[in-house]
Amino acid sequence: MEEHTISYDFDEETLGFEEPEKAPAKPLGTGEKISLAVLGFGILMFVLQAMGMPPGGTWAGFLLVLLPVFFGTASYFYLDFKDTVPGIKHDNIYFRGLTNKGILGWLVGVVFTGFYIALYWFPEYLAGGIKIVNPLSLSLSGSPANNWFFYGFLYTVAVCVFGVRMFMKYRHNRYQQIRTASVMFFQFGFAFLIPNILMLFNQPEFYLSYFWPLKPEYLFPGTFSYFVNHPGGLGMFLVFWGAVMTFVATPLLTYYFGKRWYCSWVCGCGGLAETMGDPFRQLSDKSKKAWRVERWMVHSVLVFIVVTTVLLWVNSATSGAVFGEASMSLKKWYGFYIGAIFSGVIGVGFYPIMGSRVWCRFGCPMAAVLGILQRYLSRFRITTNGDQCMSCGNCSTYCEMGIDVRAYAQKGENIIRASCVGCGVCAAVCPRGVLKLENGGTFKDRFPGSDRPLGALIDSLKHA
Amino acid sequence: MRVAIIGNGVTGVAAALSIRRHQPDWEIVMISGESSFHYSRPALMYIFMGHMSYKDTKPYEDSFWQKNRIDLVRGWVTEIDAAGKKLIMHEKDPVAFDKLLIATGSKSNKFGWPGQDLGGVQGLYSLMDLRLLYENIKGARSAVIVGGGLIGIELAEMLHSRNIHVTFLVREKSYWTNVLPIEESQMINRVILEQGIDLRLLTELKEIVGNDSGKVRGVITNKEEFIECEIVGLTAGVSPNIALAKASGIGTGRGILVDWSFRTDRPDVFAAGDCAEIITEGEGRNLIQQVWYTGKNQGKVAGEVMAGQESVYEPGIWYNSAKFFDLEYQTYGMVGSVPVEGESNFYWEHPDHGRSIRIVTKDGAVCGINVMGLRYSHRVCESWVAEGRSLDYVLDHLGDANFDPEFYEKCEAEIIREIRKQAA
Ligand SMILES: Cc1cc2nc3c(=O)[nH]c(=O)nc-3n(C[C@H](O)[C@H](O)[C@H](O)COP(=O)(O)OP(=O)(O)OC[C@H]3O[C@@H](n4cnc5c(N)ncnc54)[C@H](O)[C@@H]3O)c2cc1C
Ligand code: SF4
Ligand code: SF4
Repeated sequence: MEEHTISYDFDEETLGFEEPEKAPAKPLGTGEKISLAVLGFGILMFVLQAMGMPPGGTWAGFLLVLLPVFFGTASYFYLDFKDTVPGIKHDNIYFRGLTNKGILGWLVGVVFTGFYIALYWFPEYLAGGIKIVNPLSLSLSGSPANNWFFYGFLYTVAVCVFGVRMFMKYRHNRYQQIRTASVMFFQFGFAFLIPNILMLFNQPEFYLSYFWPLKPEYLFPGTFSYFVNHPGGLGMFLVFWGAVMTFVATPLLTYYFGKRWYCSWVCGCGGLAETMGDPFRQLSDKSKKAWRVERWMVHSVLVFIVVTTVLLWVNSATSGAVFGEASMSLKKWYGFYIGAIFSGVIGVGFYPIMGSRVWCRFGCPMAAVLGILQRYLSRFRITTNGDQCMSCGNCSTYCEMGIDVRAYAQKGENIIRASCVGCGVCAAVCPRGVLKLENGGTFKDRFPGSDRPLGALIDSLKHA
Repeated sequence: MRVAIIGNGVTGVAAALSIRRHQPDWEIVMISGESSFHYSRPALMYIFMGHMSYKDTKPYEDSFWQKNRIDLVRGWVTEIDAAGKKLIMHEKDPVAFDKLLIATGSKSNKFGWPGQDLGGVQGLYSLMDLRLLYENIKGARSAVIVGGGLIGIELAEMLHSRNIHVTFLVREKSYWTNVLPIEESQMINRVILEQGIDLRLLTELKEIVGNDSGKVRGVITNKEEFIECEIVGLTAGVSPNIALAKASGIGTGRGILVDWSFRTDRPDVFAAGDCAEIITEGEGRNLIQQVWYTGKNQGKVAGEVMAGQESVYEPGIWYNSAKFFDLEYQTYGMVGSVPVEGESNFYWEHPDHGRSIRIVTKDGAVCGINVMGLRYSHRVCESWVAEGRSLDYVLDHLGDANFDPEFYEKCEAEIIREIRKQAA
């Protein structure tokens, strides 16, 4: 036996495979430097105006922030990827602090989390920023900007700017490009422009791309009567829209395309996860334990919201005779614990710590509904290409939902998991072309027993 | 009953799992000096490039082994006492066994080049090699890689990702052209050059030159050219790792000699995977298979045999896949590097040189398919070859084999047009 073999006593589990040394890199190109300078200028403008300097609060001030930030970042991403060969760009992900829970990652996590805490509980700290977007709010919705408008604006900018990054990163992959264009479109149009314009015309602020149970209030009796009684008839349509989307479109679209039609093509939470969250997707926990926690948590949230909705309706039908204040406080708890803490503070704030889909995976009741449909009554599946898998683990590593894709691929089994959002990244990163997202001809041939959806569901419940 | 397995690679693991399936009560001990747990060898490069952590390359959770009652031993076997039914271990107590599987894998080839033992010269096969590369890369600026195979190009990609200037010496007139037809091979040449790698074709290593402290300083090629470098990657293929078996008196040739049920010449001693050489009676060379899936399949059959089942290995229709930087490659059936008497080659290449397909027929039946930059379905291609489908049939059904992600540009119409033209 050779000397270097037998004397090898590294503990590969804990030591020895951190970042290898790197020869000096090519310096940043002039274009990238200019882009970063432009971005820096935009941020400086923001800070100065937020501190009360002119021209804060005017259109000029707003554009002095938006344009440099948007074009600085977008052109940086463009130039950064432009001269590389199209393909998977995951070099160094595990060596960078930002993407591997280093100091930078934690720092960004703290900043994100702090932002959400301010947003929900101390909006006065955001007053400087809110003032900057005021001109836009006035002309879009006719009313002055508040913290929620500011948030929606930032959110939309983030999806669009990081959407450019996704476009460049995946310029060899049309599935990724089209999907990214779709989330950008729905965030910008359906979740930002339309709700604000509705307000301009004195209509209720309504998000056409969110439905019960993700936006549970759309089927709460209070919202219901408010919308129905709203003058102009549009309210009536919105109620109708919400109900149809929940009860007809959701099962139908999920049957044909899987949960992805919503989670990685339409939804705003998904939109942010797929754009700004992309650098963090590998941080999701792939363990079986995490999967167990996920199933219990996400379904509990669903049960909670169903119960709340039912109670609210019973209450309203009986004018509060049965449950009194109880259902109202359920609703408030939900808003606080789930709406604020979970979806915001943890969901986005913890991107650099727990990955980009914490909320979608552990908390979102819409994902739970879509997941049950996808698991038992859908044509969607990820197929594996014969026995080509060599168990490398790229697919599992980059699955933002923490699915151990490899566990299925190396056995040649289809991947049919309730949580899969159909982002397609596992298929993109697989170096052996093993995985393919497909809408098959029927739901029956996906896994043994998939021809009896109800039986399969009951079996799963028994094993839970 | 106690089974010992030397090697925790894909072969050893497949065998252990298949023994467990058939024999719930047997004791299974799996031994490896390389790592405590099974990891995916083809993923070595991704650890180095920062795509994955070491942990991510382990195909099973650590608790899996205990759950399946497979005992893991970390250590090196130094001798097999086949008669006394025990393994002598390096600095550890011997391990007794009733049945033994040798699945020791391969080792990198070294062809006795002058200077091949200098510091900074290495192959890439194991975690030890990877670790060595972490040391060798310290202060390095340039590297020379010798040998144009699959591991060579992976090593080139790895070093390139750390901004090391790579010179790639390939003996043949084009990359991997002892396996690939010239057109496919040239597509890869382009990919290599496009990355900024200095590809030297028809160039062989003559000598590795060291400095006073025993470290490599550069290489001299067969063209008498001196190339300065601090790392030399020797990736001229691998051969079965038979040292242990040979020293222990078990019959070996190029690999450990076994029959089609993986029995060696010693009772209760089996060998499978990269290290095994299957004796082919009658005509033809003995079979040595050194890829992932063959290890998995051989291990599975070996495990069945050891567990007392009647089982014989059937190699099935050959396939393989690889990725050259960003260019994916799949092959099904037999595609030779040069057309053989009686074979016809049909070839289409996209004008952007990023995609191609080759269909080989023999006596009117399709016998091999290569695709580059396209993903094709293993099941479909395999069935065409197995059923000896005609070129016409394959072209008529070509779309069924497409396994590209949704919304990818479909090239089938063009492929069919071009190949029909060639066939006419
Ligand atoms: C860099 C690289 C990339 C590859 N990429 C691909 C690919 O993309 N696709 C593909 O199909 N194949 C690929 N291969 C080949 C593939 O990895 C092998 O075919 C496969 O790993 C063989 O499995 P095995 O279990 O037979 O042997 P191995 O995986 O080599 O396992 C043997 C184990 O036994 C241990 N061992 C040996 N001797 C002793 C001893 N005396 N005592 C204790 N332990 C011992 C070794 O340390 C090793 O851990 C690649 C190989 C390399 C090196
Ligand atoms: S399994 Fe694949 S498609 Fe589904 S969420 Fe994970 S990475 Fe995305
Ligand atoms: S990325 Fe592909 S080859 Fe690697 S484990 Fe996943 S399916 Fe298998």
